[in-house]
This record gives sequence, C-alpha cells and structure tokens, in this order.
Amino acid sequence: MMAAPSPAAISPAPPPAATGPLRRVLVEFAEDPVAITGAVLLALIVLAALFAPWLSPQNPYDLAQLDVMDGKLPPGARSATGQLFWLGTDDQGRDMLSAILYGLRISLVVGAASTVIALALGLAVGLTAAYAGGRLESVLMRIVDIQLSFPAILIALILIAVLGQGTGKVIAALVTVQWAYYARTVRGAALVEKRKEYLEAARCLALSPLRIVLRHLLPNCMPPMIVVATVQVAAAIALEATLSFLGLGLPITEPSLGLLIANGYQYLLSGKYWISFFPGVALVLTIVSINLVADRLRDVLNPRLTR
Amino acid sequence: MLVFIVRRSMQSVVVLIAMSLIVFVGVYAIGNPIDILINPQADQLERERAIAALGLDKPLWEQYSTFLKGAVTGDLGRSFVHATPALPLILERMPATLELAFAAMLIAVTIGLPLGLWAGLRPHGFAGRTIMAGSILGFSLPTFWVGLMLIMVFSVMLGWLPSNGRGPTTLLFGLVPVSFLSLDGLAHLVLPAVNLALFKLALLVRLTRAGTRETLLTDYVKFARAKGLADSRVIGVHVLRNIMIPIVTVIGLEFGSVIAFAIVTESVFAWPGMGKLLIDSINLLDRPVIVSYLLVIVVLFILINLVVDIVYSALDPRVRIADARG
Amino acid sequence: MALARSGPVLVVEGLRTHFFTRAGVVKAVDDVSFTLARGEVMGLVGESGSGKSVTGYSLMGLVDPPGRIVAGRIVLDGTDLRALPPAAMRHIRGNRVAMIFQDPMMTLNPVLRIDTQMIEAILAHDDVSPAAARARAREALVKVGIASPDERLAAYPHQFSGGMRQRVAIAIALLNRPDLIVADEPTTALDVTIQGQILYEMQKVARESGTALIWITHDLSVVAGLADRVCVMYAGRIVEEGTCEDVLGRPAHPYTQGLLDSVPANHRPGERLRQIPGMTPSLVDLPPGCAFRERCTYADEACLATPAMRPAGGPGQAVRCAHPLISLF
Repeated sequence: MMAAPSPAAISPAPPPAATGPLRRVLVEFAEDPVAITGAVLLALIVLAALFAPWLSPQNPYDLAQLDVMDGKLPPGARSATGQLFWLGTDDQGRDMLSAILYGLRISLVVGAASTVIALALGLAVGLTAAYAGGRLESVLMRIVDIQLSFPAILIALILIAVLGQGTGKVIAALVTVQWAYYARTVRGAALVEKRKEYLEAARCLALSPLRIVLRHLLPNCMPPMIVVATVQVAAAIALEATLSFLGLGLPITEPSLGLLIANGYQYLLSGKYWISFFPGVALVLTIVSINLVADRLRDVLNPRLTR
Repeated sequence: MLVFIVRRSMQSVVVLIAMSLIVFVGVYAIGNPIDILINPQADQLERERAIAALGLDKPLWEQYSTFLKGAVTGDLGRSFVHATPALPLILERMPATLELAFAAMLIAVTIGLPLGLWAGLRPHGFAGRTIMAGSILGFSLPTFWVGLMLIMVFSVMLGWLPSNGRGPTTLLFGLVPVSFLSLDGLAHLVLPAVNLALFKLALLVRLTRAGTRETLLTDYVKFARAKGLADSRVIGVHVLRNIMIPIVTVIGLEFGSVIAFAIVTESVFAWPGMGKLLIDSINLLDRPVIVSYLLVIVVLFILINLVVDIVYSALDPRVRIADARG
Repeated sequence: MALARSGPVLVVEGLRTHFFTRAGVVKAVDDVSFTLARGEVMGLVGESGSGKSVTGYSLMGLVDPPGRIVAGRIVLDGTDLRALPPAAMRHIRGNRVAMIFQDPMMTLNPVLRIDTQMIEAILAHDDVSPAAARARAREALVKVGIASPDERLAAYPHQFSGGMRQRVAIAIALLNRPDLIVADEPTTALDVTIQGQILYEMQKVARESGTALIWITHDLSVVAGLADRVCVMYAGRIVEEGTCEDVLGRPAHPYTQGLLDSVPANHRPGERLRQIPGMTPSLVDLPPGCAFRERCTYADEACLATPAMRPAGGPGQAVRCAHPLISLF
C-alpha cells in the first residue's frame, strides 16, 4: 500500500470547499455562548430602537402628552391619570422608558451613519494608497499616522469647537475621527493581497485598475474591515454620547442617550438617580453587546488582527 | 545614549515646527482669524485696533512669523472671558490635570499589570476568564457614565467621598499645587482618578495578558525553565522584562490620551484642570484659549513621545546599541 | 563527581506522553524505553513529528498542557523523576539534567545580559557568592572556546552570531556539571562549518566531563560521527536501536533503511536518490499496528498487530518490526 502525498496534506488546513466562508464564520461564531448572548441582546436593542414609536407608552416629545405635575417620579410610580412609569419620569414629567427608546434610536442612527460614511471614505483612501503606492501612498499614510497619534475625543472636540454644533457636524466629527482606522486597516490588508500572484495575473490580463481594485482587492479586505467597523460603531456611539453629555453633541431637539444622561446629572446629587441611570444602562448594554460580537468576530475572521 | 537623546530632541523640534504650521494654517488660513481671535462683541474701532495689533492685515508668511514669535514668547492672545493672556490661564490649570492623569495611570498600572499577568498565566482558569470579561466591560463603559455612577454610589448613597473639586491643595516643592498631600485632597482625588483609570486599566490587562501568553511560548522562557530557575524568577525576570518593553511604550503613549480623556472626567467631577477650561471655553466661544490649549497639548504629546522613545531605548538593548553604533 | 557511581545514568521505561487536543489525543510519545550509560552519547533520530523532541521535554519535566506524561518511569541515577515533587524536579533541571535547544537565536533572552543569564543558572542550584558564580560562568565560556570571556559576559545576545550563541547555550548547560545533557537538534539552524565546530566542541566537553548526551536530530550523518548508540523513532515509538555501526551499517527496520537511502552521501553521483513514499502519519488517534506499514514495501497482515521490540543483528541491536531486514534467526 502506498499513498501518494496529496497537496491537501502539504498546505496546512485548507478551508473546506463544500461550505462557504460565510457559513464557516457563522458556525464558528455560534460556538461561543457569550458571543451568542451579545448578538441576541444587540438584535433586541436594534429592534426596540426600530419600533420605538410602537413600543413606547407615550411620545416623549409631544408636549401635549407631558404633565409637569408628573415630573421626577421614581420608577414604578403612576401619573395622576393612572399611567404607569416603569422607569420613572424626568423633570418635565416625560416617561423615561419612552425617552430611552427614542434616544436609542437617535444614538444608533448617528453611530451607524457615521460608521458607514467613514468606512466608505477609509476604504477609498486605503485602497487608493495601496494600489497607487509611491509618493501618494506615503503622504496619505503619514496623514493617517498623525491623526491616529491624537486621541479621538480631542480631535472631535476641536472640530466641534471650530465647526460649531448640530447633527450634521457631529456626524462629520465622528467620520473624521474614524476614517483613519479604516484607511490603515484596508491598506494593510490590501498590501498583503497585492503581493499575491493572482493579482499579478490580473494585471497581466490588462484588467482595468478599477476592476482589479473592486473585484480582487476589496473582497479580500473585508474580513478585517468588518471587525474594525463593529468596534468602531461602538466607539462612535460612545463618543457621540460623550459629546452630547458635554453639551457639545446633538441638539436638544434630538435627545440621544448622552443628552438624557446629562439632563439627569443635576438630579443625581439629590438622589433622583433614575433620570441618568437608566439611559446609561441602555447605552452600556448597547456598547457591551456590540463589543462582545466584535470580540468573537475578531477571533473568527482574523485571529492575528490587532488594533 | 546622549547622542540618541540629542538626535531625538532635534526630531521633536522638527515635529513641533510642523505642528505649529498645521495649527497656524488651521486658524489663520482656513478659518477666519478675525472671527477666531477677536471677540465678536467688540465694536468696529476695537476690531480694527485688534487686527492691526495681531498683524492680520499683513501677508501670510509675515503673520506666521508673528504667530511663531508669539508662540515662542508665550503670547497666544488674550482670553475674551477672563481678559488675561490665554497661555498662563492654561498653564495655571495644568498641575491639576497632570496630577489627575498621573494618579489615574498609577492606578491603571498597579492594578492592570498584575491582573493581566494572572490572566495570561492561567488563560483558561476561572479567574483568567473573569478578568477578561471585566476588561471588555471596562472598554465598553463610557467614562462619563461611570463617573456619574461613582458619584451616585460613593458620594450620594454611601457619602464616603466628595464628588467635586480638588479639595485643599498643598504646594509640592513649594511650586506646584497638588491635592494628594492632604487627606481631604486625597479623598477628592480618588473618584476622578479611578474614573479616568478604568479604560486604561482594561487596556493594560489585555496587553499584559497577550504579551504574557506570547512570551510564555518562546524558547528563551522554555530555556530559562530548563535551567531550573524558580517560577518566580522565570516570570518576574524573563517574562516581565520582555513584556515591559511594549507595555512601557503603550503606557507612555496612552498618557497623552489620559490627558485628553481628563476633559470628560474633569467635567463630571468639576475638577479644575485644563480639560474643564477647554469645555468652558468652547461653550463660551473663548477661542484664544482653545488655540492655546491645542498648542499646549501638541507640545505635551511631543514631549511624551520623546520620553517614551528614550525609556524604550533604555529598556531594549537591541535599540540602544544599534543606535549608538549607527 | 568525585565518587564514580556504577549503573546506568538514565533508565526510561514505557514512557507515554500524550497531548489532549480538541481534535483528539495525540500520542506524541507512546511506549518509549531506553537505557543510557554514564558518559554515553546516544543519537535519537527521527523525522519531524516523530516524538523525539517531546521525549526530550518529557525527560526535563517540561511538557506543557495540553500535553501530559501519562505513563512510564524516568529513572535518573536511581531516582524516579516522575515521583518527585515540583520543587525537587526544578532542582534536577539545569543541575543534573540540562537541555540545549534547536534555534540559538531564540534560546537566549534578548533583554538580559549574558552574565545575568549564566549566573542565575548557577545561583538557582548552588549557594555560592555572585563573584564565585561569575568566575564559574567565565570558566564555562572558555571551555566552549569563546575568546575574551569577560567582554562577552557583559554583552547582550544580539551582539553574538548564531554559532556563538549556541556555544553560550552549551556553556550554560555545562555550568552545573550535569550527568546528562539533552541536545535538541542544536546544530540544525547553523551553517555547516559552524555545525562541525559545535559537534566537535560538544563531543570534547562531554568526554572530558563524563556527561552523558542525548542528541536529538533528523540528520543521520551527524549521528554517525558523534554517537555511540542510536535510537530511531517513528510515530512516537522507538522502531530500532543499537550501536551506531550496526544500525547505520546493517539496518534491521525498513524505515531505518529508507532514512539511510535518502542520504545523498550514500549514493554514487548520478544515481537517483530513493525516498520513502508517503507522509508521516497523523498522530491523532493512530490505529494499532505498525505505524510505518502504510509506507512499507514489506507490509502484510502481520503488521496490523503492534510489533514488539526484539533482538536483531549485532549485540544490543533491537527492532520493532514483523519483517526485519536482518534477524538473529
């Protein structure tokens, strides 16, 4: 009996061809119960935010529904009309549960929007740098390095100070803070890919640069990008909340979780904890669930990725 | 070693000049310096006098040299709100911020290092897993909210610790006002410092754990064990000396980020540092103070980078000797 | 060693070291036995993954989880090492049994000076003054042929070449005059010329100090020039043992024969090299029987049962094969 050496035995652990990469990722992801908990929690939070108008006991920003007489009621109290406030009310008699659901919505939208824009920008810059190389690459990457050497919060604050306040400007600040992470990650991944032979072959076939970049470089950069993007959504939500808490974020007409927490700050010292506490819990649950998912994705998609 | 320090210092000066150019372009060329540097409440006559005084009617290169001269002599404009020079206003607040940042870093290192080491030595044990879960939490909790919760629990509910201000300060070396020398001042320092430390603590735990796990697998640790060294020496000398190199680097670099995050903690705990001043200035549109803060931070960051490089070279013989020869 | 003791320095009996991985139990060392006389040099030969390095680590008590010694006895000078508590075992390591690793670029700690790394090895076992320890370290460096030892003691590893580093590692192994040195392919990562020097040095110091030596290697030509005796390992088991002349000159196991055939020096120029067909089998859940049978031209039903060691050829030569190439009968 003689077994000829098979190529499969030489290259270590080739991915099984029968199942697609997405399936493998999902199966491996599901092996970790903590990650599953995080994913389920995140799904519930997103659903709650999406269906906020239907889930909320009241519309917290319809002033007709508010009664100042119900102000600062503790959790579980009832209004004069018998309405139950699960999580208490704020100084204007607003139901905290409703305010949190609406606030969650705003926080998620701002976080997701800034991440998507920053992702697109970072992808464009990173791919351009990796593909073009030379002077352009070194200039772009130097800008990325300088920006990343300063803490995100500082850059965001300075931008807000220069630009002024408003939803669009907060998103612009969040995008500015984030894009460099993506640019660096995507360039790193693309450079690895660029050295491989199939790209050389694609170039020899005289495929257009745009086609090479989009069809060959981009898909291979996606796994690390997904990990970075997940981490960054959480970071963006936290940063927006921080800016709003400092009074430099979203305007009062769009009360995100950070603003709700800031609103309750002054009552905290007199023991009325719930106005700040519950929005904070919602914020923390959101960020923790995203980070749990990101942690597992990092293991599954790219074990050697470090940030 | 001396050659190395001199060379790195020269590099720092180059970076500083480059950064001053960026700040200058940001304020003078892109933004409208008249809006930024002159009080919007000033009347026409006052405005023109200020434009002439600041040289805003001169060509750009001349403005840059005036700006540089001002920066070097410490004259970065006057605060609209306080009606005093902006730079001394910031420098006056600097000890409070630095004290807070040092205290936070100290807490993060003294707790984070041992925990990370423990988790790295027993990654699959119960304690190791708990420590890692805790570090995810530390990453996820927003600093400002943790600050609020600390106030709620330790100031409002338990009444153990004060929740705002620095408390009484004592002069250290007869020069720098600090809180930690008196018991009351120390009590004021505890909550803000813990708050600011939390994020870096989580980071250090992860970094130490990863470094420990990686180092334990190296041949030189195996060889050290093969020599029959006690575990305490293998871990305390062979493992720790090697992971200290990246850790010291990160501690140093993160110090800048601690100073930046102090903005949040100072706002929560009404700690009278530079960060609180920055937020107040942004809210009051006191732009000379903002510009000054920016320059002070840039200088601080460059100094920190310089110190980190020097310490790094002292710790890693490979860098030190390569540089001495090269 | 003022007192000359009799009897073998090391007896290994039925050693089994298994790794309990998620994919299954890897029997890296499966029933290995051998005896080593005082001052004897033994070559432990095998392909990568044959379990020869794990055997070395097992002797040192340095098998890391998920690996574990599950059975067998390791008797050093009458003491069963497996029965020793960890603290006592630590005193054996680096003192009575020393080890040298494969890659000299990786074995010395890059951030500690040579003197630190040498002196700590002495102070871990002997209650001597640092000055005395330093003198001993210096002496050891001279013994392995390092010039200007004082200057070298104050240097860092990266200031040394690969060959020099391996000399330092050998000097460290010799510091406490061990009874046994386990050398895990210490010349594989070096240039051929340096390899020769290190081999010569090693042989010399072993002879001079009466230290027994287990030389782990995949290179038969190294063994031929160095060892008194050879053990050939395959898939976690010793498949053949005997004196150097017997095993290399008249191999009894088809696998040994295959290894010898693939050494270029054993061929006339222009003649085609023979190679052993197939791959080393995976050690996860290895089926019973001769592990080499899949690659063996002589294999038949008899090989489905695990063969026992039995005498063959020369004195002390033994083979684990149902169809040995040379038999006593």
